[in-house]
Amino acid sequence: MKKLNLFITLAVLAVFLVVPSFLKNYGIHIFTTWLVFIIATMGLNLTVGYAGQKSLGHAAFFGIGAYTVAILLKAGFSFWLGLPVAALICFFTGLALGFPALRVQTIYLAFATLGFNTALWLVMRNEEWLTGGTFGINNIARPSLGGISFDGNLAYYYLVLVFTVVLALLLWGLLRSPWGKAFTALRDNAIRAESLGIDTRGYTLLSFAIGAVYAGIAGGLYASQVQFIDPALFTVGASIMMYLMVVVGGPGYFLGPVLGSAVGVVLPEWLRFAQAWYLFIFGAAVVMLMIWLPDGLLSIPDRIAARRASREASAARAAAAKAAQGVQA
Amino acid sequence: MTHPHQHNRPEGAPVLKVTDMKKAYGAIQAVGGVSFEVRPGEIFGVIGPNGSGKTTLFNSMLGQITPDEGKIELKGQDVTKCGPLELNRRGVGRTFQTLQVFGKMTVRDNLIVAAQEHHGSMFSRMFAPSDSGLGAKADALIDQFHIRHVAHKKAGELSYGQQKLVDIAMAFMSEPDLVLLDEPCAGVNPSLVGGISTLLKDLNRTRQGSFVVIEHNMDFVMDLCHRIMVMVEGKVLAIGTPEEIRSNKQVLDAYLGN
Repeated sequence: MKKLNLFITLAVLAVFLVVPSFLKNYGIHIFTTWLVFIIATMGLNLTVGYAGQKSLGHAAFFGIGAYTVAILLKAGFSFWLGLPVAALICFFTGLALGFPALRVQTIYLAFATLGFNTALWLVMRNEEWLTGGTFGINNIARPSLGGISFDGNLAYYYLVLVFTVVLALLLWGLLRSPWGKAFTALRDNAIRAESLGIDTRGYTLLSFAIGAVYAGIAGGLYASQVQFIDPALFTVGASIMMYLMVVVGGPGYFLGPVLGSAVGVVLPEWLRFAQAWYLFIFGAAVVMLMIWLPDGLLSIPDRIAARRASREASAARAAAAKAAQGVQA
Repeated sequence: MTHPHQHNRPEGAPVLKVTDMKKAYGAIQAVGGVSFEVRPGEIFGVIGPNGSGKTTLFNSMLGQITPDEGKIELKGQDVTKCGPLELNRRGVGRTFQTLQVFGKMTVRDNLIVAAQEHHGSMFSRMFAPSDSGLGAKADALIDQFHIRHVAHKKAGELSYGQQKLVDIAMAFMSEPDLVLLDEPCAGVNPSLVGGISTLLKDLNRTRQGSFVVIEHNMDFVMDLCHRIMVMVEGKVLAIGTPEEIRSNKQVLDAYLGN
């Protein structure tokens, strides 16, 4: 199973390395967007999938990241300053948003985070002096580093790929450390976790904060990618879409966001022929998925393994019962 | 029947000391002035009919609720107002009446997560190895609890009895000074009850920990505990060895009833 996972990860990486160089600008744009959403949903997967905190405000952090980078670039600062600042702001905002989670859970927490997203969206729309209001911010520059310009679409794509790989490795390291178990314990049973000395308050807050950092970096990268942002990109609807990506891919599965973001970003392109029917098809697919695969697409191998194990167990029981009958007779 | 540990009944400064604890819910006095001590290495049983205040007492000792009056001391320190997290860090382990294992983690990981937060700081744990260096300790408990064959299975896939064993083992991973066991035999198949009793006696002997056990299974309590406290209507009716409790007329009338 571990070897299979490694093989799949390497195969996915190979696709991301090779395929875009054969694509035209539009294809590269789709791939870059896919990566950006992988980064954002990796963070949400930590908050929702691993730590079990229902957050419907992720697009707000994505927006904070995008606006921070855009505003700082417009003010003449470097992209390489803008991105860490965006991450830092998101960390502390995420920490703050974590506090309601200490008091309310499940659907109530989802509503609290949704309210946060709406409030932030209103700031983006109404504070014209800062955000440009509904007109947004345009002509956002792309960065360069040590003489290498990332102005070209393919060059920028590879820059985003480097960010994705580094952030994925960092998250993987975090989840492999004792933190990963603490997050899972918090998700599965917070009361039991606390009785074992796990600081559930700390881990809840940090799951929000770290998740928000990923969204913020993704937002910053997205601003430079599309070079034009407006508040419409960061609505509650966008948060729900990101949540769906996590759920569809498989919450708590490391590669879930890769698949989930593909469903959210790439699939709509393939379903273009369906035009207005697209949302119907997408919606129907999600409904069916929730009925038959509530743990997401990546739960399929686990389900097959569990089915096999239960079949073997029942065969063993049947054999034992038969043997016992034989003894009695 | 002679009691197995009767001749080496533990003595010394108490690990846990509860003084005149009171807790009311509205007009109902759930616990009305309870005092007792648990000595080092002692297995202390708490019995009483439903509604006698056992659970309220237990929840206060675990920091789930704060008593209205009275004092709870752990190794001489006042912990009356400590929450569950703080109490665990100070050396109190517990099991729950209902199953509380982490179903999606393996048995071994359940044990590791049960002690990992006792090592280093939150920050240092970010860079710690996956098993926090607790692998050998987890394996030792896995062997002691005879759950080696399921060690790498997800805890949620085990039978009820096996999960109960994992649940109890988790409470001992961080080497607590005091373990509170809330009905360790509830819902357990009678053939396993003897096994749990043997395990707890072994753990008590090898680790020198003190246990407080709430349990309805009278044979189990009489066989396992050094001393037993009988509660009725929020008050202590009697404290004594199993023999003393068995022959106490008040207890017989109020509770044992035979």
